Amino acid sequence: MGSPIIFTILALIAMLSALGMLLSRNAVHSALFLVLNFTTIAVFFLILNAPFLFVTQIAIYAGAIMVLFIFVVMLLGAEQLRSEPTAAVGRWQVPLSIVLAMILLGTFIFILASGTGTPSVETEALIEAGPVEIGLRLFEGYVFPFEVASVLLLVAMIGVVVLRTRRGENG
Amino acid sequence: MAEVSIEWYIILSAVLFTMGAIGVLLRRNAIIIFMSIELMLNSANLLFVAFARHLNDLDGQVFVFFVITVAAAEVAVGLALIVAIFRTKRSINIDELHMLKG
Repeated sequence: MGSPIIFTILALIAMLSALGMLLSRNAVHSALFLVLNFTTIAVFFLILNAPFLFVTQIAIYAGAIMVLFIFVVMLLGAEQLRSEPTAAVGRWQVPLSIVLAMILLGTFIFILASGTGTPSVETEALIEAGPVEIGLRLFEGYVFPFEVASVLLLVAMIGVVVLRTRRGENG
Repeated sequence: MAEVSIEWYIILSAVLFTMGAIGVLLRRNAIIIFMSIELMLNSANLLFVAFARHLNDLDGQVFVFFVITVAAAEVAVGLALIVAIFRTKRSINIDELHMLKG
């Protein structure tokens, strides 16, 4: 599953870009950090024997979704909007949320690291994971979820169009 | 050379997910909160693919497709809502959005 050196370098890039996304004051910078993070995860997909997901991740996440984000940020002129907690809410939320997040992280690592007792099959030959195999698996076992996903996309599209349609005077 | 084990990916994914959760809790810009949610979805995707490789099974990769589909639909609707809210309230700071009726 990849050499430790490459894993360490990529993991550092992923974590630092996520940190940059969190701390950046400018929303456009945050979006660009997130693009870097998505690209790093795409490279992880390539290491993990998922070449088709690599291309999908680049095209849909780093491409389409982030273009949508940057488009909305620039449309609203929201890149410099104040995003700290206002004084009325108070600053006590910051340490509390960091403590809660650390508890969440500890729980994740404890549960996941103690529950991977699945048999490792490193000795078997690696399965092919190209577009043909993915498509076959999708249409052999997941036809119904596939159709539900297409309906979901249609509903989302119609919902956005309805949301943005200006109502008439009597609407 | 030694191979990276599944635990490394679990820890990386947990760290990324926690960073996304911190972003949702701390930031007040609704667009940044959306980006943090995308970060959390991506860390789950990374773990799906890592376990698909670990178990040598394609089902995990198929699930990532469904996650990406749901994420795309969610982003489209969510950003449309943010634009609509900004048109009426002139703000996307969630501390200032505390009324159901605009």
